Amino acid sequence: MFPNAFEYYAPETLDEVYGLLEQYGDEAKILAGGQSLLPMMKLRLAAPSVLIDIGHLANLSSTTETAEGLTVGALMRHKAIETGHWQRYPLLGETAPWIADPLVRNRGTIGGALAHADPAADWGAALLALNASVEIESRIGTRRMTLEEFFIDLYTTALEPQEILTRVVIPAPKTGETFARYLKLERKVGDFAVVGVAIAVDLTSDGTIANAGIGMAAMSGVPLAAHQTTSILVGQHLTPALIKEASESACLEGDPQSDRRGSAEYKHSMARIFVERGLTQILQQWRSTQSA
Amino acid sequence: MESRKDDTHRMVTVTINGEMRQGLAEPRKLLAYFIRETLGLTGTHVGCDTTSCGACTVLLDNEPVKSCTVLAVQADHHQIDTVEGLETDNVLHPLQQAFWDNHGLQCGFCTPGMLMTSVALLQKNPHPSESEIRHAISGNLCRCTGYVNIVKAITDASHKMQQEPAEV
Ligand SMILES: Cc1cc2nc3c(=O)[nH]c(=O)nc-3n(C[C@H](O)[C@H](O)[C@H](O)COP(=O)(O)OP(=O)(O)OC[C@H]3O[C@@H](n4cnc5c(N)ncnc54)[C@H](O)[C@@H]3O)c2cc1C
Ligand code: FES
Ligand code: FES
Repeated sequence: MFPNAFEYYAPETLDEVYGLLEQYGDEAKILAGGQSLLPMMKLRLAAPSVLIDIGHLANLSSTTETAEGLTVGALMRHKAIETGHWQRYPLLGETAPWIADPLVRNRGTIGGALAHADPAADWGAALLALNASVEIESRIGTRRMTLEEFFIDLYTTALEPQEILTRVVIPAPKTGETFARYLKLERKVGDFAVVGVAIAVDLTSDGTIANAGIGMAAMSGVPLAAHQTTSILVGQHLTPALIKEASESACLEGDPQSDRRGSAEYKHSMARIFVERGLTQILQQWRSTQSA
Repeated sequence: MESRKDDTHRMVTVTINGEMRQGLAEPRKLLAYFIRETLGLTGTHVGCDTTSCGACTVLLDNEPVKSCTVLAVQADHHQIDTVEGLETDNVLHPLQQAFWDNHGLQCGFCTPGMLMTSVALLQKNPHPSESEIRHAISGNLCRCTGYVNIVKAITDASHKMQQEPAEV
C-alpha cells in the first residue's frame, strides 16, 4: 500500500515551516511521527498534496522545567516521555506506557497526538487532567490556549492551516505532593481506549485535596475534563465516601457513544469504576507515605 | 532497482547493516519497500501494511520501528539495521540461534521483526524479566507460536549473551 503522490519538504527552521504553511495552506499536512497520518494516507483517508516533515526541528523535541511548570516540545516522542523522570508530573510516566505499542511509541509524538484529536487518545485525557495549555505558532505570532479550547470536535482542533503546534505547557503543582493514575480499558495491547481515565491529585500533609484534575478518553466526542467532579474534590479530605461521590459524578459528565469497542452503558460504568479505583489507589498510596 | 531520476524522485542515503547504500525513492515510498525493492533486502517482511503487526520492524537509529509506517525519505542519512545484519561470518546471532533452539518460530513470517525488536531490547536491558520481554514484544504479532517459545528464546539468548559477551 502506498499513499497518493505528494511533494515533500523537510524544513530545518520554524521560519521555513511558517513559509510553507502560508504557501500551501490546507493542501499541506505537517508530518510529525507519522503514526496516525501515514496509515490514513495509505488507506487514502487523507491525501495531502504537500507534506511538511517537521522531524528536523531539533528544538521541538526537548523539555524545559521551571518553577512555573513543564514545557514539552511538540516532537517529544511517546517513548521519551515513557522513559523520562517526571517527579512533579507523575501522570506523564503513568500514561505513556499505555499508548499504542512500543514500536508506535518510538515514533509517535505528543504534539501529533494532540493535533490528531482522537477523542480516545491517551494524551488528551492526561493533559486535560494536568490542566495543560498548548502553544501554537505561525508567521503572525504565538498564541496560547488551554487544551479545552484547543479540542473543538472529533478530529478537529483550533489549529488554522497556517499554524503549527510547538509546545505543551503543564502548570506546576502548587501545594502538596502530586499523586496520579492512568487507568485504561483496552481490548488488546496497542488498541485505543474503550475508556481511559486520567487522575492527578495534589494532597497536602493532612490529606486535603489542594488541586485535582480528571481527564477522560472515549467518553465524549472530544477528550473530556470532568470539572464538576474536580470541584467536588478540591478542598476536601480524600475519604472513601468522597471517592464514591466523585466516581458517581464523573461518569455522568461523559456522553459516550456505543461503538464496536463497547456500549455507552458499559463505558459509563467503566468510567465510574476507574475513577473510584484510581482515587482509592491514590488514597492508599498517600496513607503509606504518611506511615512511612 | 529503480533507475529513474526526475523531480518526483529523491536520492536516499542510508547506512544499512553497517554499509552505506543509496537509492532513488518517490517521497511516498515507505521504508519497508525501499529496503525490500530498492535495496533488495527481502528479509524485512510486510504483513498487514497497516501499522498493526510489526512484521516490518527494523531498527532506525537503534530503535525498533514499523518500517511500513516510515517514509524512506524520513530515513535519509540515518542508520538502519535489518535481520540480514544479524548473522556474522555464517554464524547466527545468539538470538537467531536461540529462536532455532527453542522453536521460537513456526512459519517464520513474524520472525525478522520479532528478532529486531529483541535485539533492541537486549541492547538496552541485557537481563529482561519475562514481563519485560512480553511488554517489549507487544507490538509484534505472531499467529503461530502463542509467544511462549519466543519468550523462552529471548530469555535463553539473554543468558547465553551474558556468558559470551557478543558483538550485538
Ligand atoms: C497501531 C496503532 C495504535 C495506536 N494506539 C494508540 C493508543 O492506544 N492511544 C493513543 O493515544 N494513540 C494511539 N495511536 C496514535 C499514536 O499515538 C500517534 O502517534 C498519534 O496519534 C499521532 O502522533 P504522530 O506524531 O505520529 O503524528 P502524525 O501522524 O505525524 O500526525 C497526526 C496529525 O497531526 C498533525 N500534526 C502533527 N504534529 C503537528 C504539529 N506539531 N502541529 C500541527 N499539526 C500537527 C498532522 O498533520 C496530522 O494531521 C496509535 C497508532 C497506531 C498506528
Ligand atoms: S507490515 Fe508494518 S506493521 Fe504490519
Ligand atoms: S511464526 Fe508464524 S507468525 Fe510467528
